[in-house]
Amino acid sequence: MITSLLELEELANCKRCDEASIVEELRVCIGSSCVSRGADEIEKNLKTAIENKGLQNRCRVKGVGCSGLCANGTLVSHYKNSTKENTLYEEIILDDVDALVASIEEQKSYSLKVCDTNQLFFTKQTKIVLENAGIIDPNDIEDYIAHGGYATLFHVLHEMMPVDVINEVKISGLRGRGGGGFPTGQKWESVYKVQSDQKYIVCNGDEGDPGAFMDRALMEADPHKVLEGMIIAGFACEATKGYIYVRAEYPIAVEKINRAIKQARKLGILGNQIAHSGFDFDIEVRLGGGAFVCGEATALIASIEGNRGNPRQKPPHLSDYGLWGEPTVLNNVETLANIPSILKNGGEWFKNIGTPTSTGTKIFALTGHIKNTGLVEVPMGITLRELIFEIGGGVSDGKALKAIQTGGPSGGCIPTQFLDLSIDYDSLKSVGTIMGSGGMIVIDESSNMVELAHFFMDFCKSASCGKCVPCRVGTTQLTLLLEKYIAKEATQANFELLKELSKVVKGTSLCGLGQTAPNPVLSTIRYFESEYLEGIKND
Amino acid sequence: MIKQKVRVKSFKINDITVTGRSDQTLLEVAKEHDIFIPTLCYLEGLSCVGSCRLCLVEVKGARELVPACTSKIKEDMEVFTTSEKIDSHRKMILSMIFSERSHTCSVCEANGDCELQDKSVELQLDHSLVPYIDSRFAIDASHKNFVHDPNRCILCSRCVRVCNEIEGANAINIGGRGINSMIIHDMDEPWIDSQSCTSCGKCVYVCPTGALYEKEITKEDVTTKREIIRNLLKNRAENE
Amino acid sequence: MADIVDSRYKIIDQAMRKLGYEKSALLEVLHIAQETFGYLDRDALKFIAKRLKAPYSKVYGVATFYHRFTLKPQGKHTLVVCLGTACYIKGAKEILAALETRFAIKVTQTTNDNLLSLLSARCVGSCSIAPVMICDNKTYGKLTIDETLEKIEEILS
Repeated sequence: MITSLLELEELANCKRCDEASIVEELRVCIGSSCVSRGADEIEKNLKTAIENKGLQNRCRVKGVGCSGLCANGTLVSHYKNSTKENTLYEEIILDDVDALVASIEEQKSYSLKVCDTNQLFFTKQTKIVLENAGIIDPNDIEDYIAHGGYATLFHVLHEMMPVDVINEVKISGLRGRGGGGFPTGQKWESVYKVQSDQKYIVCNGDEGDPGAFMDRALMEADPHKVLEGMIIAGFACEATKGYIYVRAEYPIAVEKINRAIKQARKLGILGNQIAHSGFDFDIEVRLGGGAFVCGEATALIASIEGNRGNPRQKPPHLSDYGLWGEPTVLNNVETLANIPSILKNGGEWFKNIGTPTSTGTKIFALTGHIKNTGLVEVPMGITLRELIFEIGGGVSDGKALKAIQTGGPSGGCIPTQFLDLSIDYDSLKSVGTIMGSGGMIVIDESSNMVELAHFFMDFCKSASCGKCVPCRVGTTQLTLLLEKYIAKEATQANFELLKELSKVVKGTSLCGLGQTAPNPVLSTIRYFESEYLEGIKND
Repeated sequence: MIKQKVRVKSFKINDITVTGRSDQTLLEVAKEHDIFIPTLCYLEGLSCVGSCRLCLVEVKGARELVPACTSKIKEDMEVFTTSEKIDSHRKMILSMIFSERSHTCSVCEANGDCELQDKSVELQLDHSLVPYIDSRFAIDASHKNFVHDPNRCILCSRCVRVCNEIEGANAINIGGRGINSMIIHDMDEPWIDSQSCTSCGKCVYVCPTGALYEKEITKEDVTTKREIIRNLLKNRAENE
Repeated sequence: MADIVDSRYKIIDQAMRKLGYEKSALLEVLHIAQETFGYLDRDALKFIAKRLKAPYSKVYGVATFYHRFTLKPQGKHTLVVCLGTACYIKGAKEILAALETRFAIKVTQTTNDNLLSLLSARCVGSCSIAPVMICDNKTYGKLTIDETLEKIEEILS
């Protein structure tokens, strides 16, 4: 049990002392992407090879979270404690293990697979939320504490009042990272102001947008950061119970979060009387079941309560009537992971990163026809050109860029004329798409936009809960209509109907899923109308 | 949980000043003042789910249309129950309902006694605006008194709510998801095998279409039974 | 109704006890049952409903809402082809079509010899190595049609 900041610092120092005797570390990325390429095996074999050479007292092998450049996995980095020097190796396979360990033994670099960390992919990033990803062992709470973890929480609990915390978050300008972009401080304040014996903090880890894996990587790389943010949220809103709702499709994330909760409870960082402060807070994990609609606030609440994930009409909002009818804050994983840094460095510090209305950084998942697929964290306000061409390395296979899709099935595509657009909530909205949760899919010239629109509509159709008519029937009708275009059998009347139906589904659906489902259609009509007209048959 | 005091509020519907209690919905106040708003999933005495979207109205200053059945009234709000946009949206929604399954009135048990049919007259929907999806399902006539014909079902969930909220049997629910949603008895078993159904018939008499009906019964008896059930719901609602 | 003598029912019962027979724990219990049985049949669902004192129709309604749960037994091997956006634009649809042709089944079906169930998923979050498939809980990325078929033959043999 840790009861004070002093004790926490002692533990951190202790851990650092332990580490001082270990002069080197081999950090193997055990994010989902690298694991699917055999990172687990590589970690095991590296451990054996290090022990066989008798190097275990000098060099430790540990698994770490995603370092970002998933395209070149498996990533292994070699860290020297004395010089703080970190060499990143890419595309490591089992056959590299012996040679890599041999080079460590000889104190040389394994030059064959060195990854250049001076490339723009690394140098243009600003890591706040992902500061520990690729560095700490997500299975080890002490490693988190040794890197300054939970110190902010202890400071908050002992030195601040809930209103101070809310104020700091308000000053920071942090907006929800799940897609909506609602100011987080304001959300907390409205729950704080409601009188109730029971309030809840719910963390939305139901990352359902196809093409997005920021929250997955975050939960896998640094689960304690999410917990710390959540406990602070609980303190600020005077809630005593939290739930993390995670997709069942993310078994590794679930495992990491569950382990982190156990470890935190053991040290008294979760449970009654956290750090002897008089504040009680505990967290439980709830599993999703393969229902995209459960990313919607009221559907997520219904799902935690053990029901079908049907959304309900708002108001009442969750701040008045949330989980089991009590005031509830629902925040996205990335939003909560921003909290410890904001309270540590102050709201003003955070506000100075990004743009005036979109502060801080944002994690993006770069996928599709792009060279450097992977995970990046950049300051808000960076341009699409910088993100796609400098950080992302441009379009793969030498093809030309056609569009960039953001916001998943609720978003839209951005054509190349807007490459110099600043990436922030408002600019993206102005060109007909949304920030969304951070999936950024690069589409090259070979792709057909009507097919892409159909892909998303078909997705929404199968994701629709079926409760309200416009979403249930409308997404089906729109899918069928788009199929006519793909078969090049549409008529001019179909085109009018396509637009009219999109308008009605958008304007009359009960929840955000239906209200945004037509967006990919509307945005592709706006920028690529000719591809629709090609689908109209000539009589 | 937060309880608020009930107050009297005055506001405008279609530029007419009306008053109601703060715990009332727009639809309830409109009905009290004889202002017509079309509904389909709504039924007095049952909880409101806002799923058919026919009662959508415009509230001045609101970004989106709001369903009158679930929206609580607010002081000084200005509501419009009809406009070109509302009317065309309602028509499209109604047409979508017709397109989903098979609603051939001429061969339907409920022909002439069907709320869906009435809506097409009320909203002047004289031709289909969208193609028919026309899914076909097997009819469940296993129950000794009642028939379940999913082909006529519009998934308004009145039967689910009446069974849950009034009869307390929880024998009916919606199974599946999205366009594949279906009304189910127990674990999607033949009605006759249901271990929860009390055969009370309430679901049959709240059904707005011919999806649930009683076998071998006169039109007069249908009317009488429906009156009984509707009155029961109303009285329950008033006594709460 | 199956007897509790079946040890698998004991596992589920233990899980429910641990969760205090809370009705809100229905999803957690269904996850455990799905894992234990490989699918959810009516007997298992009725057992759960009785223990949690939840209506049959509610349990069935929940079980059929979430696509993670399957009500039919699966084949010896399950193959999930990811149809997320990143996989889609990198040719997952063509891979799925090739698999459907090769094994003469449609997605969500199982081969006649019960060897293989073909499923699809809406993004498994491994977009950086798209297109992706998950076979018996192991992820394979950066696939071509030929490689996929080869891999599956290897697993099935």
